[in-house]
Amino acid sequence: MVLAEEFVEPFEKVEKPGHLPPDRIQPRTIQTADVVDIVGAVIASFCLTWLIYEELTPLSGGLGFFAMWYGLFLATVWFLARERVGKIQARDRLVGVIVATVGIGILIPLALIVGYTISRGFHALRTQFVTQDLSKAGPLDPATVGGGSAAIVGTLEMVGIATLLSIPLGLATAVFLSEIGGRLARPVRMIVDAMSAIPSIVAGLFIYAAFILSMHQQQEGFAAALALAVLMLPTVTRTAEVVLRLTPGGLREASLALGGGEWATVRRILLPTARAGLLTAVILGIARIVGETAPLIITALGNTSFNADPFHGKQDALPLFIYRLIKFPQAQAIQRAWTAAFVLLMLVLVLFIIARIIGGRGPGHIGRLKRARLVRKGLA
Amino acid sequence: MALQSVGLAVPEERVRPANARSTVDKAYRAGARASGALTLALMALIGLFLLLKSWDALHRIGWSFFTTSVWTPETGQFGVWGALLGTFLIAVIALVLAVPVAICAALFVTEYAPARLRRPLTSFIDVLAAIPSIIYGLWGRAYLQPKAINLSRWLGTHLGFIPFFKTDQSHSVASYPASTFIAGMVVALMIVPICTAVMREVFAQAPPGEKEGALALGGTRWGVIKTVVLPFGRGGIIGGSMLGLGRALGETIAVTLIISPLFDPHSLTHVLHTGGISIASLIALKFGESNEFGISALMAAGLTLFVITLVVNALAGIIVARSRSGAATEI
Repeated sequence: MVLAEEFVEPFEKVEKPGHLPPDRIQPRTIQTADVVDIVGAVIASFCLTWLIYEELTPLSGGLGFFAMWYGLFLATVWFLARERVGKIQARDRLVGVIVATVGIGILIPLALIVGYTISRGFHALRTQFVTQDLSKAGPLDPATVGGGSAAIVGTLEMVGIATLLSIPLGLATAVFLSEIGGRLARPVRMIVDAMSAIPSIVAGLFIYAAFILSMHQQQEGFAAALALAVLMLPTVTRTAEVVLRLTPGGLREASLALGGGEWATVRRILLPTARAGLLTAVILGIARIVGETAPLIITALGNTSFNADPFHGKQDALPLFIYRLIKFPQAQAIQRAWTAAFVLLMLVLVLFIIARIIGGRGPGHIGRLKRARLVRKGLA
Repeated sequence: MALQSVGLAVPEERVRPANARSTVDKAYRAGARASGALTLALMALIGLFLLLKSWDALHRIGWSFFTTSVWTPETGQFGVWGALLGTFLIAVIALVLAVPVAICAALFVTEYAPARLRRPLTSFIDVLAAIPSIIYGLWGRAYLQPKAINLSRWLGTHLGFIPFFKTDQSHSVASYPASTFIAGMVVALMIVPICTAVMREVFAQAPPGEKEGALALGGTRWGVIKTVVLPFGRGGIIGGSMLGLGRALGETIAVTLIISPLFDPHSLTHVLHTGGISIASLIALKFGESNEFGISALMAAGLTLFVITLVVNALAGIIVARSRSGAATEI
């Protein structure tokens, strides 16, 4: 084992027995000197970068400035730590700083994406985006005229149908995987895993081949819903299975010991106990499909006029609306696409936050309202 | 009977043999099994229907489907080679950028971050996975691209001697937008969450005894990570990267919105230059303008993508599962 180099040198002598050696490594504490080091390094490297960038060399560009700043910052951190606490801890400090900056830095693109979408989309959002479609909006009308009602209705219907189709199958499969098991469980779990990685465009092609071509259907909202259901199924199944596994085994045993059948145990004990988690599974599944574009290009095609019937004729959806309008040359069309993107992003984020809030509770969690109801009934 | 064997007197008629289930329970078992089987069947159907509908095109073109790079089914000349190469170039760029970031993020969450920061951090990283890919596409096109062009030009000018960054003579900004490189950058962001999730889970399972042992020997935190966490998490790093690869290969809309299509294998390898393609975006771009035979050809491309992602994900699944059981770890 080549471990030795990452460990401190043995102390040659401990001067005062009973006292801790002064340079003992304390892995999980941050001292004032460390904070001063980091802050100092940030300032020093910024000044040095500014000097090199603005005064000494003809460089330009924000990205390069930040790259050089970061590089010099790391170097400064390393030198400071080496002077103060030695080489081994300097390396530790350096890695810690890299890991922490990258680990937090990954949130910068997230903030940029959300912030940019809000800044491009929000200002043109009016109520008629929800109430009107594009049939009366001319190509040169401002983006505040007309809206995406056709797309919103289409998205709601497609996602609704897909949810109705995939919840029963997904939950039943999850119950099968966690409660029944057996020889079939292994391949099913493997396939569900594999299914979650199907490229969404392939799901669209599959529905086109199996539903539209083979059953002589047209391209319509329902076909898109089928493709979305295929994509939603693995998310629902996997999340629900994990949730069911987390329900305490004692509840199952108690139910069976009281003479409850297997179905009664699942229906009256497991599913109610895991309700919050199962809801999370469904919401995560919806968040996964609501922004899917690729399968819709093949199955629903999009429609510039209002069509609320998912079973007849082409239908529009928010992602399709964005995909179609962003390619127009007019600034107004592009603005409409961004407004729709803003609405879609907010939809997804709200769904995600709801899923987190619900999913954050443990199985069997009793909320404030429920507790009040139980108290009224004299049960708690 | 287990109860009798521990000395409990159980009345004979109360003991229900394990195989005697009520009708409801039998129906429930059958129903749940059937759903499991249905899920299996669905997956088989996907492969079957893609094969069925692509048979026409595959039969006519034969094995040259995998060596031709142009896509003009109308003239009988079409093949997936260019798109396949483009797909892998985008995926490789995405992986090279995403894997180090994901390792750092996973290490930060499991080893460095204070306990009360872990959950919010994990949630925030997962939000990256929840953002629809079309929004990534829009953002990549409108926000990232103008900034990334400068980076591309800098790489092309100063690191052009590395074959991967090779560019033609022209160093004007006009030859850098809509490139494989920019598409790879956006896809990298999209796969960071899945890579991080797998690595985080595996890193968190590093044996605490070994970690404490390393600390007790006077190890620094980096020493613990290098000697315990990373060796134990190796399977997770490889498996997580491959799961990310699977996602990157199948990414459609974000890539379609960013690249401008190009099928020539030689030009494709100039990743910094305008032009790129992936199988998924080939399907998205050509579907609307294809006739029946063209769609059959696209089905063949879809089948290729389906098989590749299945293989990659199956391998990833095996590696991750093995690393969880501890079979692939030694210290």
